[in-house]
Amino acid sequence: MRKVVVLAKQVPDTANIAADAMKEDGTVNRGALPAIFNPEDLNALEMALQVKEQLGCEVHVITMGPNTATAVLKHSLYLGADKVWLVSDRKFAGADTLATSQVLAKAIQHVGDVSMVFAGRQAIDGDTAQVGPQVANLLDFNLVAFATELKSVSAEHITVARDAEVQTEVIQAPFPVLITVSHEANSPRYPNATRMLKYFRDDIAIPTLDRETLNIPEELCGLKGSPTKVFAIKNIQLTGGAHQMYEGANDGIRALVRDIVKDYTEV
Amino acid sequence: MKENYFIESRKLVLEHFNLEPIVRDLENNFENSDAISLRSMSESQKWYQMLLNNAGDICANFIAPRAAAVDEKGASFQNGEVQWATETQENMHTLGKAGYMGGTLPRKYGGLNLPITVNNIIVEMVSQADASLMNLFGLQDIAVTVSKFGNETQKDRILPKFCHGEVSGSMSLTEPDAGSDLQAVGLRAIEKDGKWYLDGVKRFITNGCGEVSLVLARSEKDTKGGRGLSMFLYEREDHMIIRRIEDKLGIHGSPTCELQFNMAPAELVGKRKFGLIKYVMSLMDGARLAVSAQALGIAQAAFDEAVKYANQREQFGKAIVELPAVYQMLKHMQAEIETTRMLMYRTGLAVDFLDMYERQAEHGKDVRAEAKAATAVASFLTPLTKFTATEMSNKVAYDALQIHGGCGYMKDFPVERLYRDARITNIYEGTTQLQVVAAISGVLSGMFKSEMDAALAAPMSELTHEHQRISAWLASALELIDTVKSCKDREFVDYVSNYLVEIASLLYRSALYLGYAEKNPSCRDVLKFFMNDVEVRFAGLKIRVQTLQQSVAESGVASLKKDFVFPKN
Repeated sequence: MRKVVVLAKQVPDTANIAADAMKEDGTVNRGALPAIFNPEDLNALEMALQVKEQLGCEVHVITMGPNTATAVLKHSLYLGADKVWLVSDRKFAGADTLATSQVLAKAIQHVGDVSMVFAGRQAIDGDTAQVGPQVANLLDFNLVAFATELKSVSAEHITVARDAEVQTEVIQAPFPVLITVSHEANSPRYPNATRMLKYFRDDIAIPTLDRETLNIPEELCGLKGSPTKVFAIKNIQLTGGAHQMYEGANDGIRALVRDIVKDYTEV
Repeated sequence: MKENYFIESRKLVLEHFNLEPIVRDLENNFENSDAISLRSMSESQKWYQMLLNNAGDICANFIAPRAAAVDEKGASFQNGEVQWATETQENMHTLGKAGYMGGTLPRKYGGLNLPITVNNIIVEMVSQADASLMNLFGLQDIAVTVSKFGNETQKDRILPKFCHGEVSGSMSLTEPDAGSDLQAVGLRAIEKDGKWYLDGVKRFITNGCGEVSLVLARSEKDTKGGRGLSMFLYEREDHMIIRRIEDKLGIHGSPTCELQFNMAPAELVGKRKFGLIKYVMSLMDGARLAVSAQALGIAQAAFDEAVKYANQREQFGKAIVELPAVYQMLKHMQAEIETTRMLMYRTGLAVDFLDMYERQAEHGKDVRAEAKAATAVASFLTPLTKFTATEMSNKVAYDALQIHGGCGYMKDFPVERLYRDARITNIYEGTTQLQVVAAISGVLSGMFKSEMDAALAAPMSELTHEHQRISAWLASALELIDTVKSCKDREFVDYVSNYLVEIASLLYRSALYLGYAEKNPSCRDVLKFFMNDVEVRFAGLKIRVQTLQQSVAESGVASLKKDFVFPKN
């Protein structure tokens, strides 16, 4: 049977942030924040479940993280996922987006026979929006980023609308494909009461994939496999607006140059 | 934080009552080992909390924001077919997908196998979000009736569709000339070649457009009265036409239909002639409890709106919540809601026990005595609860609108909708006046006394003074009841029965809440406030009954009417 994978991440709830949200070394203090299902990953899962309702495929959810991340997997089961995988290993710790993508790509290969992968557009902790596209690249899958609507899906391809800032593109992509989904795409469904009953117990077996099982060289994962180095973290308050559009004519370009030179930051 | 309707007082009340015997029975003594059976009481509680929390989220964040649109658009009627408002369809779809449509139905049909007490919390939260949705959601009661009295083929065919939210239902009971008096039902059921056909008109049928209806019909030719009536299962096809839908004061999302059956094929449910006396009575008891939950949900919504407005609105240089006239009203509202909620859950538990004994009897266990006692408790508490909750809901909605002042009278605030929606609750499924008729025998027969005694039997260490006060009221109330009973004139007893039922409600709520407040110190202020109110109201009601009785003793029962002559046109 055709398989669909959803990439999900457990993230600190940055909407309810407290003073001790950051550690001295500039990494996130996960202990101080409630952990939630990354919101746009729920939109990705919803799109996968809608595809399932139309095609009858199997939905697998993969998350990489410590044991506590199983909460995200259980929630996925309550919503309708068929199978879940926890990708976890001490050696994966400290991974940047590239090292994370390496591991997730291997996990998707481990699931096998995957024709579609859905991921949230970005996570609310890192906000990079890089993992989805990097995974697609590593797996050599087609990529549609920032999907805002599922138009249709058939046995050969999927059609989605994507946000391209000034216009909406409608793209028909053949399989295999990875799609990153934005919050505009749908309203995630609510957990199903009977599915909660089926999966809420602590003794529900959730398969764990570690580095050895996935056969990933140590130098490609965790801190070792991460070219990103955090130099420093500062609190920045932006005084300008969220974004600014410039006309593509001389006046606009002059204004753009002027604004780039201007200092918007205030430490 | 995101709002959730599974609020503290609903959680605490759930923890206050011991559901274990019920849950054990429902869950086969925790002996099943399949994935969708519960294996212990603690596990059950955990799952109940989870599913109630999820329902509270759906109600607060999905259904409630759509309620104004549902009210404005309402259900519509075009070309002989009824259409729910788009938002109503979305609500039903969401609840169906989340698996809440078969709350108390067995899991083998896709239901949740919940105790009524637990399911009622969902009904209450749905009603708080959108009162009109409760009518559609709550009509699973008809599925419960099919589950209790239908045959296996009917159950296998109908129940999964209900549980999966694929169909909605209606209970077609009332007719133009048979409202409160259902014994007068005239719609005919005609048997031809071993098959049944329905012929006649039904009126005021909530969601009569639903795919599955339970229809009360006269199966016994040339009979009058309840014993000629049977219950039929009707599934929509084209021998039934919808004539019109009503234009109502409130609950606009729920279509009220007039139906015309033209020899429409139907199936008998259960046994002939038991339609009214057994099945409808059972159906109505479930529906009365559901309407009580609806009323309580509306009251909670109205109270929340009043609190919100009173905090925001500034007059005389401060928020109006600081004004004694306003916070006094809010205190009354809160005490009424909290004590009524306690009563409703207590009644839910009584009905759960009754259902449990009925299930056990079906499996050959000799529980006749227990079942009989449970029936007596449930048939006293159910009307007492509907009487209390629905009148309370109207009063709370009235006061909530009052707190809003002129703004409350405008459509800009939700409170006017709640005020209109509350108004039906003390009318349908038996008016308040009929609830009095149903509850008074329990007050006079000693059921009230035994329920009070049971509530007061819990050991007290902190609230002994309150316990003594309530015990003294009980003694005084029993004395009053005995005096009333000594009057042989039935008209006098009928005349004062609403006062006696009111006294029973006040005292019983005090006693129930006492036990709760003993365990939960944070509720003691509400208890004391409520009790002070009860003291005054009880004294007033007592004087009224005594004065009337004296006047009847002196001048005969005709004196009840004589100072008031109603013109006859």
